[in-house]
Amino acid sequence: MSSMTKQAQQRVGILQGTLDMLILRTLLYGPAHGHQIGKHIQRTTNEFLQMQHGSLYPALHRLEQRGWVSAKWETAPERNREFKYYRLTPKGRKQLVAEESQWKQMAEAVARVLWPPAEES
Amino acid sequence: MRWWQNKKRDADLERELRSDLELEEEEQREGGVSEVEARYAALRAFGNPTLIREQTLAVWSLNWLESPARDLRFSLRTLCRTPGFSIIAILVMALGIGANVALFTVVRGVLLKPLPFDDPDHLVMLYEAGLHEDDTAGSNPVAGGMYAEWKNQNRSYSRLALAKSIRVGLSASGGQLPEKLNSALFSWDMLRTLGVQPALGRDFTQADDSPGANATVLLSWGLWKRRFGSDPAILNQTINLDANPYTVIGVMPAWFDFPDPSTQLWTPVYHDEREDEMTSFSNHMFRVVGRLKPGVSVSQGVADLSIISQRTHNAHLNDPFIYQSAGSRPLLEHIVGEIKKPLYVLLEATCCLLLIACLNVANLLVARAAARRKELAIRTALGGGWLRLIGERLMECLLLSASGGALGVLLAFAALHWLMQTRHDMSRVESIHFDGVVAAFTVAVIVLCALFSGLIAAFSTSDRRILGALHETSRSVSGGGARPTLRKVLLTLEVGLTVILLIGAGLLLKSYERLRSADMGCLTQGVITMHLGIPDARYPTPAQRANFYDTLLDRVRALPGVDAAGFATVVPGQGYQMDWTFSIVEHPPLPQGSGQFALSRWADPKYFHAMGIPILRGRTFDSGKRLDSANEVVISQSFASQYFPGEDPLDKHLRVRGKNAVIVGIVGDTRYTIGETPKPVQYYPLGAGVETVGTLLIRSSRGLEQFALPVQRIVSEMDPDLPVSDVLTMNQLLGQTTLDQSFNAALLAAFATLSLALAAVGLFGVMSYIAAQRTTEIGIRVALGAKREQVMRKMLLDGIRPAAIGLVVGLAASLEAGRLMRDLLYEIKPLDPAVYIAVAATLLAVAAFACIVPAWRASRVDPMQALRAE
Repeated sequence: MSSMTKQAQQRVGILQGTLDMLILRTLLYGPAHGHQIGKHIQRTTNEFLQMQHGSLYPALHRLEQRGWVSAKWETAPERNREFKYYRLTPKGRKQLVAEESQWKQMAEAVARVLWPPAEES
Repeated sequence: MRWWQNKKRDADLERELRSDLELEEEEQREGGVSEVEARYAALRAFGNPTLIREQTLAVWSLNWLESPARDLRFSLRTLCRTPGFSIIAILVMALGIGANVALFTVVRGVLLKPLPFDDPDHLVMLYEAGLHEDDTAGSNPVAGGMYAEWKNQNRSYSRLALAKSIRVGLSASGGQLPEKLNSALFSWDMLRTLGVQPALGRDFTQADDSPGANATVLLSWGLWKRRFGSDPAILNQTINLDANPYTVIGVMPAWFDFPDPSTQLWTPVYHDEREDEMTSFSNHMFRVVGRLKPGVSVSQGVADLSIISQRTHNAHLNDPFIYQSAGSRPLLEHIVGEIKKPLYVLLEATCCLLLIACLNVANLLVARAAARRKELAIRTALGGGWLRLIGERLMECLLLSASGGALGVLLAFAALHWLMQTRHDMSRVESIHFDGVVAAFTVAVIVLCALFSGLIAAFSTSDRRILGALHETSRSVSGGGARPTLRKVLLTLEVGLTVILLIGAGLLLKSYERLRSADMGCLTQGVITMHLGIPDARYPTPAQRANFYDTLLDRVRALPGVDAAGFATVVPGQGYQMDWTFSIVEHPPLPQGSGQFALSRWADPKYFHAMGIPILRGRTFDSGKRLDSANEVVISQSFASQYFPGEDPLDKHLRVRGKNAVIVGIVGDTRYTIGETPKPVQYYPLGAGVETVGTLLIRSSRGLEQFALPVQRIVSEMDPDLPVSDVLTMNQLLGQTTLDQSFNAALLAAFATLSLALAAVGLFGVMSYIAAQRTTEIGIRVALGAKREQVMRKMLLDGIRPAAIGLVVGLAASLEAGRLMRDLLYEIKPLDPAVYIAVAATLLAVAAFACIVPAWRASRVDPMQALRAE
């Protein structure tokens, strides 16, 4: 990952621990394979978040191991070839909700410190 | 996930990555890039597929388990590549660990396990004390009368019970021969005090334990099984002990062996012992076990009894042999007291041995690490983690010490089996078992050994001068300097430990040798002894007893090959046994509160001649004086010098138990047991017909064992119910009393020899290695004109220096070790110079021998070959 700092100052690595949440959130739209998930995260953040496959696949398999996603080989409609599709499980859905609310609280807390409300300062 | 699914998962992952990569490639192509360009672009965007694969797989694998597994595989392969090294290391570890496990098992079983009694922490053994100024911490037996006082008056003990070890003859019955058995007298509440129930039948009751009661007996499990075929119908049947009928009321559990391991019968003490013995205050012959009341401390209990003793003493001031206070020890300590010290010394010795084994293995590993220096440097350069390399080294050691441990446990089993066979006389030997704690100890020792030897070896290679190692081409003139230094330090330690063991062994061996060569004051060769006892019940009158002895001795003396025969109640080497108080008629009466006593023995007139005890003055007993007219006494030389200083004891009179006896002779001193100085003895004539138990001895210049059967035949012709037991030559008899010493000395000597061999091997290894490393250097020296003798001397000195330093360190440490062993030594000082000099000489000789071959080889180096070899 160290090469990244040189080539693109604009991009940042994904914050530790948030990748799982981003993947789960992506899968909320429906089943997807690894390539799609990576591309989706990269595209939605306007290429701001640098997706490394090196961390994407371990993350996907970690989620599978924990039972938050399930995987199945399926034929892609437009390619006529089999890809490994990941699908959100009910357990994963719950996890996503939990992580989302946690993240929101965290973000709000950080924001309150960084940009305090006007009347108090 | 399960490891066997790894393969499938790997294939699956590879397919996933390939399909996604192809997709990326297609997308690139669709973006209008050429086919070749597209592949590279895709790979760039994707990253290193192999790395991704490994990282992803790591999610599934149990990493913490698999990386050691990999280390294990690797270590196994490394060890198998050098079988010689591995076998030596494993054997060395096996010896060290085996000895430790065996000895720890013994120590745990004998010393650490609580006694198998109910709430054993509250059980104490009680003694009398304070008769003389100096005996406050002794372990004197208790008089029957004092026991009764203690029992009635004390407020500290919930129970006090009495025991005494005796021997009884079990009469022939049901076609089985009569035999002599070790037995114990118990007061009725002894088993209740200990908290033990018979396995079968019932315990004694208070009613059983009185002179008028029916005779009752408890059998040991072993006797019940052996003699009565484990038949439960034995209960309420009658057996004959010393020709008296006893009713069997119960069988004790198999593990019960109080007061000592050879006890096979228990009978009630107040029934069996004479009434005057039970009320006497001055006849000290019982063991008293007490159970402290909850909340009462040991010292409070002792203080309580001491007050009672003092009061009793003051009430009988005319009797000089009443103790004034009491003492106590935990029961466990009483039982194992004698073997505690030797066991701990042996355990320390095995720890030394284990340390030496570890040092040796570490030494071998360091040598190997030096040889593998380049390999390790290359691996470090390629990114092999430092921890990984250490982990691998540790895994190697763990493998070595685990295999060594497995082998060692087998050795320990064998050793324990042998110990149980040879030392069944040792107290609590039956409680030695290989249990969970011992298993845990074994595992701990294995891990410790692995860590110890592994870390030493690992840190020897931890220097990070990778480049240096890689640069060091084969043209190096002298090998790296650091490792030989480390190895020499290890060697010094090893030699030091070896010296400690050697000195310990030397001291014990010398002490044992002194013990065995101690002058007993009588013949120790060519004499055979047999134990014999005639039951009171069948021989109630003195005349019957005297006749029995006369007939027996006449017939034995008539046997072909018998040079001389005699009979005495106790022969030298059989222990203290019995003393009697006496007064000298011709001397003024002693002041009140003081008295005289000496060992007392009964012997037939020809005993002194048969036993080789010289008659210094006067004569032996007159064989014509028998029964009531037998009023003679023979005294020993130390008796004469102690009680008749500056006067002639002959024809003076001793007054004993209300009768006068005239001193007719003075004989040489003997030792009652092998380690003690001779004590005064008074001999009375057997012909008086007083005593019923004793030892028959036969002197012959022919094979001694051949007399066992004829004597047995003579005895059974005279009385078919009479057992003859303990058929031992004098030499065997003395050997039995020194069994402990010979055992300890032999074990320690074995350990010391082993460690000497290990140290020699270590020295040889280091020297060979250094010599091999310096071949080029020596070649150049020789080419430049160095003399071969000079080279050899230098190499020798190089090797002997660590040995010499180790020797000095070891000698210094031995001063302390010797002090620890002081109690085990007989007639030699812990700083015996002869032992120290002998050990130093042996060690230096062995060290020189170990160094001489490599040094000689180095001095034979052909300079041309040495230089060309590079």
